[in-house]
Amino acid sequence: MLILECPCCGVRGEETEFHGGGEAHLKRFGPGSTDDEFHTYLFSKENPKGVHFERWRHNNGCGKWFLAARDTMTLEVFGTYSAQTLEPPKHIRDAITAKRPGWTWRDFS
Amino acid sequence: MSTRLATGGRLLDKARAVNFTFNGKRLRGHAGDTLASALLANDQMLVGRSFKYHRPRGIVASGAEEPNAIVGLGTGARFEPNQRVTTTELFDGLSATSQNHWPSLEFDVGAVNAKLGRFMPAGFYYKMFIHPRPFWKHVYEPFIRHAAGLGKAPKDRDGDRYEHFYAFADVLVIGGGVAGLQSALRVAETGAKVMVLEQTAHWGGRAPVDGGTVDGAPVEAFIDATIAKLQDMPNVTLRNRCMGAGVYDHGYALGYERITDHAPELDAPRHRLWRIRAAQIITATGAIERPLSFAGNDIPGVMLASAVRDYAVNYGVSIGDRTVVVTNNDDAYRTAITLKSLGLDIPVILDARASGGGALADEARALGIRVENGKAISSVKGGKRVTGVAICAQAGEGAVLEEIKCDAVAMSGGWSPVVHLWSHCGGKLTWDAERAHFRPDPTKPPLGASGEGFVIATGAANGAADLATTLADADAAGKAAAKATGHKPKSAAVPQGSASDEAPLMPVWLMPQGAGINLRMKSWLDYQNDVKVSDVQLAAREGFESVEHAKRYTTLGMATDQGKLSNINGLAILSDALNQPIPQTGTTTFRPPYTPISLAAIGGEARDEIFQPLRKTPIHGWHEDNGAHFEPVGQWRRPYCFPKGEESHRDAVSREINQTRGALGLLDASTLGKIIVKGPDAGKFLDMLYTNMMSTLKPGRCRYGLMCSENGFLMDDGVVARIDDDTFLCHTTTGGAESIHGHMEDWLQCEWWDWKVYTANVTEQYAQVAVVGPKARTVLEKLTSDDISADGLSFMGWKDLTLAGMPARAYRISFSGELSYEIAVPASYGRALWDALLEAGEEFGVMPYGTEGLHVMRAEKGFIMIGDETDGTVIPQDLNMQWAISKKKDDYLGKRAQERSHMADPKRWKLVGLETLDGSVLPDGAYATAAGHNANGQRETQGRVTSTYYSPTLGRGIAMGLVLDGPDRMGDVIEIPKVDGGIVKAKIVDPIFFDKDGEKQNV
Repeated sequence: MLILECPCCGVRGEETEFHGGGEAHLKRFGPGSTDDEFHTYLFSKENPKGVHFERWRHNNGCGKWFLAARDTMTLEVFGTYSAQTLEPPKHIRDAITAKRPGWTWRDFS
Repeated sequence: MSTRLATGGRLLDKARAVNFTFNGKRLRGHAGDTLASALLANDQMLVGRSFKYHRPRGIVASGAEEPNAIVGLGTGARFEPNQRVTTTELFDGLSATSQNHWPSLEFDVGAVNAKLGRFMPAGFYYKMFIHPRPFWKHVYEPFIRHAAGLGKAPKDRDGDRYEHFYAFADVLVIGGGVAGLQSALRVAETGAKVMVLEQTAHWGGRAPVDGGTVDGAPVEAFIDATIAKLQDMPNVTLRNRCMGAGVYDHGYALGYERITDHAPELDAPRHRLWRIRAAQIITATGAIERPLSFAGNDIPGVMLASAVRDYAVNYGVSIGDRTVVVTNNDDAYRTAITLKSLGLDIPVILDARASGGGALADEARALGIRVENGKAISSVKGGKRVTGVAICAQAGEGAVLEEIKCDAVAMSGGWSPVVHLWSHCGGKLTWDAERAHFRPDPTKPPLGASGEGFVIATGAANGAADLATTLADADAAGKAAAKATGHKPKSAAVPQGSASDEAPLMPVWLMPQGAGINLRMKSWLDYQNDVKVSDVQLAAREGFESVEHAKRYTTLGMATDQGKLSNINGLAILSDALNQPIPQTGTTTFRPPYTPISLAAIGGEARDEIFQPLRKTPIHGWHEDNGAHFEPVGQWRRPYCFPKGEESHRDAVSREINQTRGALGLLDASTLGKIIVKGPDAGKFLDMLYTNMMSTLKPGRCRYGLMCSENGFLMDDGVVARIDDDTFLCHTTTGGAESIHGHMEDWLQCEWWDWKVYTANVTEQYAQVAVVGPKARTVLEKLTSDDISADGLSFMGWKDLTLAGMPARAYRISFSGELSYEIAVPASYGRALWDALLEAGEEFGVMPYGTEGLHVMRAEKGFIMIGDETDGTVIPQDLNMQWAISKKKDDYLGKRAQERSHMADPKRWKLVGLETLDGSVLPDGAYATAAGHNANGQRETQGRVTSTYYSPTLGRGIAMGLVLDGPDRMGDVIEIPKVDGGIVKAKIVDPIFFDKDGEKQNV
């Protein structure tokens, strides 16, 4: 069971306190998008062995969503950060680079 | 025969006799015995039958690794199958029964399988039961089901109680042997919080049996002194009879404490599951001796050398008068020396190594024991008990040199570290060629949240061979764990354990090394599942080269012991067959728990009324007092109906509906989800959430809305009331309140976070009562002076008012088709409102109705129900609800998805009403058949029933369903098969069965 820190309320809790919400930093495609765009948005999710960015909700706590950067293989957590952002903040990217030099995820590195 | 010796038995209290039964036979042991030692003391070597061949099975080991000796324990509510006799402490009144035989343990019909053994090789079931195809269902499956399964499932409800404990520690030490105790002491001295788990009832592990000294004194003195020190430290928790069951992500671990298994008279929970979070975990889990693979190594009387020694030293039990020792290492000599010193006969020690053993071998020879180097067992003689061994050269093919009479064989193939807990969470192993075992690779430990290792293996579990290396290793492990948790290790002297001067082991995976097929197919690897050397070799030849495939094909290591004895030997045989080094073959995956733990311990206290939280409305007490029959809806209990006296549920439902449609009924609707959505952008937000337009709703008005997922499928529905310009109250389904609130928050926090909207789930803040029926207005007018006339509060309007002196809000909405008001009051007024309505309604014969009445009335009106008409694959268009989908909106959740080709397919099944020609009630969920068969030979279908009820209003069955081209086929008759094989004919009709023009509600 993972241990995560909620960046909104600052509580460090174990997995049962949280609920995973899949891939982070999705760009929504609505009416007017092509079938490919919409299909990719809805169904084609990253499934990396290594660095990954995820949505989590502190649902048995403050109720807020946040984002987490972690390694799906070693389960190392590089950091958690606000859900109100379009890309991983610099301090998170730096933390990952320190441990996994040369990492890439989608268009981020 | 096995018997109790006059001397020895360090764990026994010989003054206290303990009575127990085995298969009904009354036997006697001593306090301190395990069931295994007590059975052996009574010459009960035969304790069960193997799974496939029903071969006689005796006790092989003395601890958790025992594969054979598993029995049913207890009776009635305390019966439990598959319990290892080696880890069961004896108590007065214990009752055990052997398993997997018929009609009796001594004479078993199933043993005929053994004679057919050569026809039942690995993969037999896969190959045999394929053809002819129809035989599977009618012949093979019933037969296999009869034969399958080991032990019997308990029939009674579990009579014991169980609990969970939560614990936090800086360092968790798993294993209370010498290594565990020394490392725990090192950590504890720094002030760190330490927890030590030991699976047996005794501290010190194997050391007291194997002997040796620490700082010049016998090792027992060191154990006693260390335990005394730890017990005195407030920062240390010691638990024995508590197994470290599993190690999980980020330092989570499970401990399995058996509190009353050894003393059922104690008033305490039977098992306790410890849910532990530790910063560092030290696994000091010891090692397990490996059997040797020679023909007849499964005959009762063949045991691990260490187990023979354990029974003699710990329990004063001799396995036989004449014990042949067979080994590839020095350790087994200790068994020979121990037995000899107890006055027992050792006819010969067969040492597979041509060069023989070290100092211990010399000691054995000095005691006058015959030692044969380079020799092996060709085969063991005997049936239900060893009668002798045939000796051969290890280097040869098994030609018999000599036969020796004996009644026990003590075998040792070397020791495998218990790496399970290290491996559970990803710790990697390395192959130690010199010792011929896998041990933890210290450079690849399981990693924690920070990316650093959080498990340290130590002692025999780390490959340490003697007391000297064990204590040095454990001391270092303790210091490392202390440091890793931010504590400063003290510079104390390392206790000096005695070193042993042992000759190197020789890996022996098959005995003799050139054994022919006749010997190999009698050389057991997995005793419980009957997997032999020849089976693994066959699997390799047939292409099951991955160790995971070979395991499943042969069932090697898949028995209840999970291959604790067989795995390494099996994969060595596989490696040899594939002509590749053992590390390249690798091990199968080690999964928790280490040994089986009780399901009840996992459940803990979560039984009966505290199985899950129960939500009750403010009116729940009245329902209970008035005979409500409840049904679960989410975590709520809602009245299904209120039967009177002997009345059936169906009659009660009909009575409630007739009364409501005829005059007045009340429904406790408090469980309905209520979410306030507030802010300048609330209207814009709800336009995205609902398929219809909510921003145009006027304050004081209500609108029914549909909510879809981004995938386009219907997820919830309900009435939205606009309270003021900035505020909406969204009603959700009873089960959907929490998830819909979460759904709203998801979009607000993660997508439209710049929109000015707040949400609050106020479901439990209000009690809500639906006042329904032609007399609804009349009864409310008795309780309020506010204007609730047809004009004063029109259909789909809401109004704040004072009702029976209470602050209330009336929504004029209807889910039944009747004149209806839903009255909401603060939760604390809920019961008072209910009572006031009952009193005021008495003159109209007011009655409460339950969820079934609600369902029937909504179905009579053709209203859909989320979860009945929808199942996660249904879109609003399927339900002909285009009227609830705004054409003016550019976007809403689900809009783009509903434009996909499959969603717009005209062949999607659509909602219709179904009316049986004979008036009967259609079976729920049944499919309507169509002409032809599909590729799987099944009937084609053209629709299915989504809701079906008996309508007391119409006096016949009514149903709704999704049917191919349904709305264009009004009047068509379709056929719906019943479970009993019959067919019901149903006519496709309009789903609104009652009051199509809404005359009853618009008054």
